[in-house]
Amino acid sequence: MSATDPASTTAPQRSPGTKPPRRNKSPRRIESPRRIHGIGAVLVTIYAILAIGATSRAVFQMLTEYSVAPISITLSGLSGVIYVLATIALILPGRSWYRVAWVTISFELLGVITIGTLSLLVPNIFADMNSVWSYYGFGYVFVPLVLPVLGMLWLRRHRPGGNPALSRNTGSAGD
Amino acid sequence: MISWYADIEIAVAVLAGLLCLVLGLVGRKPGDLTMGAAALVELFLVAQLVIAIVSPLVGNSPTGSLVEFYLYLIAALVIPLLAGFWALVERDRWSTVVLGIACLAIAVMVVRMNIIWTVQIA
Repeated sequence: MSATDPASTTAPQRSPGTKPPRRNKSPRRIESPRRIHGIGAVLVTIYAILAIGATSRAVFQMLTEYSVAPISITLSGLSGVIYVLATIALILPGRSWYRVAWVTISFELLGVITIGTLSLLVPNIFADMNSVWSYYGFGYVFVPLVLPVLGMLWLRRHRPGGNPALSRNTGSAGD
Repeated sequence: MISWYADIEIAVAVLAGLLCLVLGLVGRKPGDLTMGAAALVELFLVAQLVIAIVSPLVGNSPTGSLVEFYLYLIAALVIPLLAGFWALVERDRWSTVVLGIACLAIAVMVVRMNIIWTVQIA
């Protein structure tokens, strides 16, 4: 523990049983250490790749062809921001980031369903410019459709401090 | 961009990806074989960067956007490094799966890079 930790300066001998030993980077949030472990890392990897893909595509489109299809390019930018936020929220611990993860992942599911349906019903509004969510994420092998569902399942099992039966603090590597 | 080189690159990335994915799912931690496979993919990408820089100078210019091409290439160069870093930090089977997914993503990105360089639909 660092010297800046206020708890360590007042009580150098930590009473046993109150706090299990763990590698914790933020001492303020001792109630919810949600570091990414095991299969969660796989989820974060896919999110990170999608975040890079959606964001760089959107930046490129904004720089070069914004006037051609402003709606779909704005959508691409929005989806890029959402994926970046979701990736960060999945990695960082704490209740507020947990909430951000839920909001962004829910938004993704809503986005892929709404935009996917719209791209099939009224393809003209997107002016042949595809975003990540067009055709339910067809251009990304439907990963954008499947990923939010997997993300929600993972979040449900990894509630920060909420349900001790479901989210154990032992840091089991296989989960 | 050289077409046959891209084909080999894609094949290597797919094979490395499947290898890591399978070994990870059967429970193997990142080892010399899986880390080496990811490193090989990275090596191919570095060579690809050299090819991309030299090609336009010798008359092999891209038909699509060079900026878009480099966005893919730079992202592709970073991804195996991050996955490899993760595999060193967290040594469990899922890190091997992460390596596999990274390699497969590289394969898709090289396919896309090849299309940007050679084929223009619009």
